[in-house]
Amino acid sequence: MKVGIPKESHPGERRVAGTPGTVRTLRDQGFEVAVERGAGAAAAYPDALYEEAGAELCDSAAIWQDCDLILKVRPPNDLEAAAIREGAHLICFVYPAQNTALVERLGKKRVTLIAMDCVPRISRAQKLDALSSMANAAGYRAVVEAAQHFGSFFTGQITAAGRVPPAKVLVIGAGVAGLAAIAAARGLGAIVRAFDTREAVRDQVKSLGAEFLELEFEESGEGAGGYAKVMSEEFIKAEMDLFYEQAAEVDIVITTALIPGRPAPTLWQARAVERMKPGSVVVDLAAEQGGNCELCVPDEVVVRHGVTIMGLTDLPSRMATVTSNLYGTNLTHLLDDMGKAEGYHVDHDDEVVRGALILDQGELMWPPPKREPTIQPEKDPAPEPSVAHPAPPHEVTEPGPETPAKTGGIGLGAVVGLALAAAWVGLRFFYPGQITPPLEFLQHLTVFVLACFVGWQVIWSVTAALHTPLMAVTNAISGIIIVGGLLQANGSPTDPKVMLGAAAVLLATINIAGGFLVTQRMLKMFRK
Amino acid sequence: MEITLLIVAYLVSSVLFILSLRGLSSQETARRGNVYGITGMAIAVGATLTVSTITLYEVLVPALAIGAVIGYFMAARVGMTAMPELVALLHSFVGAAAVLVGFATYLDSDMYAKGAGGVFLVEVFIDVFIGAITFTGSVIAFLKLKGQLSGKPLLIPGRHLVNIAMVVGAIALGVLYVQAGTPFAGSELTQTEGLMYLGIMAAIAGVLGIHLVAAIGGADMPVVVSMLNSYSGWTAAAAGFMLSNDLLIVTGALVGSSGAILSYIMCRAMNRSIWNVIFGGFGTSSGAPAKLRGDDDKPGEVQELDVQGCVDELLAASSVVIVPGYGMAVARAQHSVCDLTQLLRDRGKEVRFGIHPVAGRLPGHMNVLLAEANVPYDIVLEMDEINDDLSDTDVVLVIGANDIVNPIALEEGSPISGMPVLEVWEAGRTVIFKRSRATGYAGVDNPLFYHERSRMLFGDAGDTVGELVGALRAKR
Repeated sequence: MKVGIPKESHPGERRVAGTPGTVRTLRDQGFEVAVERGAGAAAAYPDALYEEAGAELCDSAAIWQDCDLILKVRPPNDLEAAAIREGAHLICFVYPAQNTALVERLGKKRVTLIAMDCVPRISRAQKLDALSSMANAAGYRAVVEAAQHFGSFFTGQITAAGRVPPAKVLVIGAGVAGLAAIAAARGLGAIVRAFDTREAVRDQVKSLGAEFLELEFEESGEGAGGYAKVMSEEFIKAEMDLFYEQAAEVDIVITTALIPGRPAPTLWQARAVERMKPGSVVVDLAAEQGGNCELCVPDEVVVRHGVTIMGLTDLPSRMATVTSNLYGTNLTHLLDDMGKAEGYHVDHDDEVVRGALILDQGELMWPPPKREPTIQPEKDPAPEPSVAHPAPPHEVTEPGPETPAKTGGIGLGAVVGLALAAAWVGLRFFYPGQITPPLEFLQHLTVFVLACFVGWQVIWSVTAALHTPLMAVTNAISGIIIVGGLLQANGSPTDPKVMLGAAAVLLATINIAGGFLVTQRMLKMFRK
Repeated sequence: MEITLLIVAYLVSSVLFILSLRGLSSQETARRGNVYGITGMAIAVGATLTVSTITLYEVLVPALAIGAVIGYFMAARVGMTAMPELVALLHSFVGAAAVLVGFATYLDSDMYAKGAGGVFLVEVFIDVFIGAITFTGSVIAFLKLKGQLSGKPLLIPGRHLVNIAMVVGAIALGVLYVQAGTPFAGSELTQTEGLMYLGIMAAIAGVLGIHLVAAIGGADMPVVVSMLNSYSGWTAAAAGFMLSNDLLIVTGALVGSSGAILSYIMCRAMNRSIWNVIFGGFGTSSGAPAKLRGDDDKPGEVQELDVQGCVDELLAASSVVIVPGYGMAVARAQHSVCDLTQLLRDRGKEVRFGIHPVAGRLPGHMNVLLAEANVPYDIVLEMDEINDDLSDTDVVLVIGANDIVNPIALEEGSPISGMPVLEVWEAGRTVIFKRSRATGYAGVDNPLFYHERSRMLFGDAGDTVGELVGALRAKR
């Protein structure tokens, strides 16, 4: 099976769908690989390296005509769509919602089309989540671009010539790109704040050393698949006010808020831009979808009210060396899932492949059927943390004493029960006929074992700080043995049993009075 | 009718006792829990007193009154540092009462009239046996805690054999006693004979109790006290079987489980099995604890610090963790420590306490002391809650603690290996308040003292902390 990697035709696009490294992996998977001459040049991968990796170098026509499977970054343009072979397979970014004409056109040529932007965001698919790869690079680059236009240090400095305050960076939207931006800005020494409607990302934000801004508002922005959803009007109002307030303080704003399939929400209003200090920078990563900043012009860097507003849409392309490599690796992982060269097939039962499948031999397969509820969204953490931040997600496991407690409880009950049963059997065996029916004894035994259980369960809930009062109170309670002494008080006062009983009552009373009183004294002292 | 009321009253009492223990699950409900306990006890005693077979109130009322007065004074006078002694002493009363009740019940001819048989005799036997062990064991524990007996374990040669011999002897006497005391043989003589066997057995059990506790080292006293707590519960339960009284059974079982759990928790906190604590005797597993570190063991240099230096450290810190140990209790330094805490908090420093589960001589002993000194309980944390934060802490003050902060516990082959410890050496600066250079109860050298970030502040903890407080006030 022959895989073709053409040169990207979109003006200014530097990325390529395969690097010498991923070509080598493709070869290992059993594919023949053809690479268009000069395909990797803009990403700093010269032809010689491809050849060394085992690729066949050829011209554009040969790729589009001869290859069974074409790997690309951007959706094909009209020329390419016309050149593609009948029944070929194509894997690239498609954005089928926006590019309906293209999909229709390819459908007529019975192309099998797989969209890397439609890979479902589930744990298993993280290794082929190209959007995350791109967003990661974009977030990093956004900070670097901002730094270029920002006329001061990121990190605060105290020099002989005076004090330089640290830059304050606000990142809106803490997805993959946002987290990458936070990490990069922190790395440069800035004070970073972040805002996101999803409560779940708070810990991720904090783990990167940024401050998580909060609204005094109860509404979760967690939508399906780990993306954000559209929020209510009141919420947005509160959000705008927060941003307006922040505008006076921050030097750099990086907006990354995108809701799938919708124009980017306007979050950084014109009044906020106006309020910013001159020389501040706004980087709008949502520019391609219209931008989060009201004054953003896509693909351009403009200055408004003294604030530089960057509507860059080609940030991943500006990082072509690394993004090509990441994207190419995502592709090899996908092909690995699809059975490599030998077993290559489009498996409709594979949730990942099915989700990304747009056309199957020309037949429209998009949008995919709703996922069955066997997979719960909560169990599928959005891939942000592992992509943007190497630290593992924090999992707090409760080291509760439950297990030993319960087994211990059973063990204790069993031991006591067995011992008493053995004693009874012994008596029965050695003294047959002298035993009163053991019914009463067994009833008591039942009560005893149950009470042990209750005690065992209740005591485990006692907090460690109160163990001394617990001991004192149980001490007092065990003075209940007084009952045994009281019951002897009949007949003659000089009867030995009465005297013994009275002595027991005396001792037990000391216990009761002392135990409860000392407990009371101790408990009075505990204050918050 | 009377019996119905009694049963209902006992049922209510049992439920109240359970609620009482339940109430101790948090500080907010704890006081209510104690009230439940008092109410339950009042109902139980009150209901029992109305039973028509009880006639000799002229004997009972003085006994109750005297007991209550003695109990009141003991409890009202005791200092919080002396709490372990009091608890141990009270345990001994339960044991003694159980023995007395056992004998009294045995002598109660009514029981025979009711046709009680071998099961009854065995119940009496068990009650007296456990009661006697609890009694003498608690007395020894009391004396050890009070310092009137050495905290060192008494390890006579072949002590396990001695113990076994005593148990076997007691069982043999038990068999003789059951045979003799079988009421169907029915004469006054056999009862006297049975009484003799029972008495000898009780004496043996008493010696056994003494020997068992004497063999346990001072550092293991928290376990011993909670174990005796458990025994006192089982004693009451055994008495319940003997008297066919479900209230006693339920209460005894509650207390017994409680003590058992506490013992388990304490043992786990020291990473030792209960058998090891009871039969091990501390220090027996390691002949020469001081030579643990092998060749690289140099007589480390401790670096001393004076009060002024400590003040400077504290003023520079933003987070402080205080790790108290038994030494704080001995020096009665908890009030000064509380003042110190307050001063540091007023200066905006984060002050917290790290409590090891076996700090002190009772489970939860440190919490009670700190509560007595008005330290808010929400800054008093358990070891597991604070251990991870210690590396981010600027200054740790170790006040009168030794083994629970000993890094050797993390190494193989020491007597305290595997015992979880507070990893105070992770902090930026550790200041150790210590009376002298002596080792802790475990008799193990503590490399913490020689750690490069450790500083020693020698002197009585109470005085030193007091001086610290004074110096801090002066800085204001």
